[in-house]
Amino acid sequence: MTFAPHTELETLSLATARARVQAGTTTAASLAEQHYERIAAIDAPESSVGLNSYLALTKDRAFAQAEKIDAAAKAGNALGPLAGVPIGIKDVLTMTGAPATAGSKILAGYHPPYDATSVRKLEAAGAVLLGKLNCDEFAMGSSNENSAYGPVKNPRALDRVPGGSSGGSAAAVAAGLCVGSLGTDTGGSIRQPAAFCDVVGVLPTYGRVSRYGLIAFASSLDRVGPFARSVADAATLLEVLAGPDPLDATASEQPVAAYGEELAKPVSGMRIGVPEEYFGEGLDPEIRAAVEKSLDDLRAAGCTVEKVSLPHTRYAVPTYYVIATAEASSNLSRFDGVRFGLRAPESNTLAAMFRNSRDEGFGAEVKRRILLGTYALSAGYYDAYYKKAQQVRRLLAQDFLAAFDKVDALVCPVTPTPAFKLGEKTDDPLKMYLEDIYSVAASLAGICGMSVPCGYTGAQLPIGVQVLARPFNESAMLRVGAAIEAARR
Amino acid sequence: MTDTATSAVSLDEVRHVAELANVELTAEELPRMARDLNAVLGYIAELNELNTDGVEPMAQASDVLGLSVAQHGETLRPDAVAPSVDRAAVMAEAPESDGRFFKVPKVIER
Repeated sequence: MTFAPHTELETLSLATARARVQAGTTTAASLAEQHYERIAAIDAPESSVGLNSYLALTKDRAFAQAEKIDAAAKAGNALGPLAGVPIGIKDVLTMTGAPATAGSKILAGYHPPYDATSVRKLEAAGAVLLGKLNCDEFAMGSSNENSAYGPVKNPRALDRVPGGSSGGSAAAVAAGLCVGSLGTDTGGSIRQPAAFCDVVGVLPTYGRVSRYGLIAFASSLDRVGPFARSVADAATLLEVLAGPDPLDATASEQPVAAYGEELAKPVSGMRIGVPEEYFGEGLDPEIRAAVEKSLDDLRAAGCTVEKVSLPHTRYAVPTYYVIATAEASSNLSRFDGVRFGLRAPESNTLAAMFRNSRDEGFGAEVKRRILLGTYALSAGYYDAYYKKAQQVRRLLAQDFLAAFDKVDALVCPVTPTPAFKLGEKTDDPLKMYLEDIYSVAASLAGICGMSVPCGYTGAQLPIGVQVLARPFNESAMLRVGAAIEAARR
Repeated sequence: MTDTATSAVSLDEVRHVAELANVELTAEELPRMARDLNAVLGYIAELNELNTDGVEPMAQASDVLGLSVAQHGETLRPDAVAPSVDRAAVMAEAPESDGRFFKVPKVIER
């Protein structure tokens, strides 16, 4: 289902938006204004639909940027690749002039004094940044229901979750509340909400996009990537975002391809692998059928399709929940009421202040993960859990590298089920973790991946197909994604 | 089952871990947390099915991806003085500060 009022904003492409601003047929300020009007009409909690995807609007910054772009367009200057394009930012990335909550009460009131590199790059390319987008607390969750600021509704089915943790980023793009957005993906947090909300979401290779200014969850897994309504738009955004950063030692020096141009290359002759472990028990039959249709489309486009095996797949979720929680327990120790955000009042000693601030500030899922990670790292259990998980992580990575000796890309489902109902899985953490069954292995291995819309269930719920490729071969991944998308038009 | 990775976590252990993590749990939260941790740890115990003898632990994606991420400092940026985030802006975000230092409750009990 969708909802009125329908406007052109729901389908506006990045290239069209930019071209109109350059040509002067619209202005960046007008585009921003139209988006803010739509946000007020359907996104604000008190509005008719109340999607709740934006946690904060950055109007001053957006209109100041729009004014600059419009002046440059009027003067006939060449504009950046994102000139005038309205973009939303997941609220785990820092942006001056706006609060950064990470979906948590513990950061309530925090205004970071610096911009994330990804934020800075988007703006340098001309983007108009509309605001901060809702997400699960510290990006921990698969439904956006762990946000301390309320869940986001799925714009395609209002009684269902948008996915998580980047639920706001996916929903805002799907609902025409921005043309593209930034999300982050630690175990599926870009790909899964993209699949649930009917948009494109890209998980770049580990190291492809700087993480400076990202509030860390699990540092060996966290990645920043774009959401968009088409593969071409996602490619444009990735090209802007990718590259080294003196402020992030994990950002790679690997050359950045012209992803937009790469899309024009045909996929004919490409070898596509189908990992059989991703089509087992528990996969919704309608999702299976839609992914198989995409494989047929790739065959028709001249790809060869063959079965491959990733034999350690069933160990990916338990491995992930050891490593991610262990790293989180360490990263989240910085939230102690001393330097930023919430401090519990009336704490007489330092130790009590730490405790009380963390008790008031953290939600149940964050506490659960901190405890799980602390347990896995504690004396006597380190080898049994953390070391073991790190060993299995290597086996999972080797599975992928062996497959990529034979094929150029892997094609498989993103999720075992379509978007589930709000509240359906909140009582059972393990059930919620199993949502990540097809997404966490790529996160652990560090390879690139994306989710591309590939159909609908009988109940009109969106279905996404996942494309995975070799490290730093985003070009191959995007080409396959574009071929899947093109076959449906 | 005697394996440490499959034995259940007691309420006392949850209390101990909460203390290590500086996380406060209420009397109602404690049993629920123990139940959830045991469910997840039981699932994680499936990793014990795998023989990982001789497999090098993988702490970072970079070594498997064939990347060199400054293993020996060779890609560190020059050690040059450059502007950083403004101190006043940082201190202004602290719950309690005198502009130069973060203020906290007393550390040592007398």
